Amino acid sequence: MNKIPNRQAICEVLMEAAKEDKDIVVLCSDSRGSASLAPFAQAFPEQFVEVGIAEQDLVSISAGLAKCGKKSFAASPACFLSTRSYEQAKVDCAYSNTNVTLIGISGGVSYGALGMSHHSAQDIAAMAAIPNMRVYLPSDRFQTAKLIRALLLDQKPAYVRVGRNPVEDIYTEECCPFEMDRATILYGDGSMGVYADRHSEETEKAGESENAERAGREKLDAVVVACGEMVRPALEAAELLAAEGILAAVLDMYCVKPLDREAVIQAAKAAKLVVTVEEHAPFGGLGSMVSQVVATECPKKVINLALPDAPVITGTSQEVFDYYGLNAEGIAETVRRGL
Amino acid sequence: MEQLKVLSYDLRRQVVDMVIAGKGGHIGGDMSVMDILVELYFEQMNISPENQEDPNRDRFVMSKGHSVEALYTVLAAKGFFPIEQVMREFSKFGSKFIGHPNNKLPGIEMNSGSLGHGLPVCVGMAIAGKMDGRDYRVYTVMGDGELAEGSVWEGAMAAHQYKLDNLCAIVDRNRLQISGNTEDVMAHDSQEERWSAFGWHVISVNGNDYKQLRAAFEEAKATKGAPTVIIANTIKGFGSPVMENKANWHHKVPNEQEYEQIMRDLEAGKEAALHE
Repeated sequence: MNKIPNRQAICEVLMEAAKEDKDIVVLCSDSRGSASLAPFAQAFPEQFVEVGIAEQDLVSISAGLAKCGKKSFAASPACFLSTRSYEQAKVDCAYSNTNVTLIGISGGVSYGALGMSHHSAQDIAAMAAIPNMRVYLPSDRFQTAKLIRALLLDQKPAYVRVGRNPVEDIYTEECCPFEMDRATILYGDGSMGVYADRHSEETEKAGESENAERAGREKLDAVVVACGEMVRPALEAAELLAAEGILAAVLDMYCVKPLDREAVIQAAKAAKLVVTVEEHAPFGGLGSMVSQVVATECPKKVINLALPDAPVITGTSQEVFDYYGLNAEGIAETVRRGL
Repeated sequence: MEQLKVLSYDLRRQVVDMVIAGKGGHIGGDMSVMDILVELYFEQMNISPENQEDPNRDRFVMSKGHSVEALYTVLAAKGFFPIEQVMREFSKFGSKFIGHPNNKLPGIEMNSGSLGHGLPVCVGMAIAGKMDGRDYRVYTVMGDGELAEGSVWEGAMAAHQYKLDNLCAIVDRNRLQISGNTEDVMAHDSQEERWSAFGWHVISVNGNDYKQLRAAFEEAKATKGAPTVIIANTIKGFGSPVMENKANWHHKVPNEQEYEQIMRDLEAGKEAALHE
């Protein structure tokens, strides 16, 4: 049982990097505790900026710092960061092309019973619609760490959404195939990898492990494209289906934008059915984006699993997921019915 | 000082031609803000085409981005790009000379257009300067109508919190916005009390007077421990009675008759400045 939430993995990577790199700046809007960034603020007070409860200010100040050579990481609840400061993300980060990573914490329905004001079911749609803004929803702590390390190496704006609660591990320290902006493919039998034609050092490393796989399979019953916290239940669904003789692959599409189109096309071509799963409103998110690609490039049946177009039912995030079928059994049943 | 005043009339004439060529532009605010920009670029800031990558250069963000025509003429006069190119391309299909600043053009740090962004962005720039121990200064010009944007005051709070004495904001207080008098649309008096209450050092001047502007900028530089705001009381449409203090000249293209009169008035203003 993993007890480390993805937000904590972000803090660890930033603290490790900040020892060497004085240009890394972390900004919070009275959110250092909920972002797990208090240790960073304590260890690197000179590289930490508190702006108070002012999300627009948070993003604009991050952009100004970045414009003067800093690598800004602005962390605030995803619900506020993605919409309260939407225009600052659009103009000051994306349009002005500043080196700002926006970290939306407690994303999706993480805040559970706190209600719709605190849910961010629109963030993918909102952020992905901005030119020059990338959108990442890493699945587990190992992938989150690799993503943040990769983002430290580039100069472009990005939005990263992570949940509040720890997510069960999908990968391990030793085996976490990761290539920037490339989906990872997972199978119900425990094998995984990045497509072979996109050979990379990371894939090679993963290839040394016995359960790693570098090639996409040619014949699948279904492919489940998921992001963020939905990857784990999607993988569990694939395991359930494997036991029934149904071969389903999972694409861990942490890079919602730029979407790994090639992976979607290759997997969809191999499968009879495509299912998308996301902790997001049914419009403008992963499902919409995957459907666009599949409809254009390799028409197949696509079923989108998402939160409803309504305020979600009150409960913990797991209760909410279970209610709307965003769990292993719900995903498996969708595949069974779809085939 | 007289030379800058003379220059400002030449640049105002360029603005009028640009607005005609581009078939649109925020001419009233261009005219009110011109002296602030000329003083900043030709006297106060160490910004030039030669040092635009220098980390020690001063930083400027045109928060009232709609007065981009005035900014283009000043940047062209500084040598960032030829004025002929601006005149040819402004607002034309495929042009980089858009109706608001964009940083694909040399000399422009940040894209603007949506109001209330410049001050918080400059807070970030000023904090970066403090972090790195650099002594560059950061300037932004806002419109007075812009002050109704809540994000301005978020930035004002942070600038005070971080004691950003390397930051100087200028309010182009021309008292008019697109719908009319600022005090009728959304009152902003008293500017002095408002900014003081936020912990800023406030200087109120005639924003179309170089002597007063220069003294204010010098006072801002000498002010330690707090950011400074200069309330630059200006005349919207400055330079010609055709446009002066008329809200409908916020965004208007002069007709032929108005054009002739405005150009004559600006020429007369220049002549008077030459003989001061």
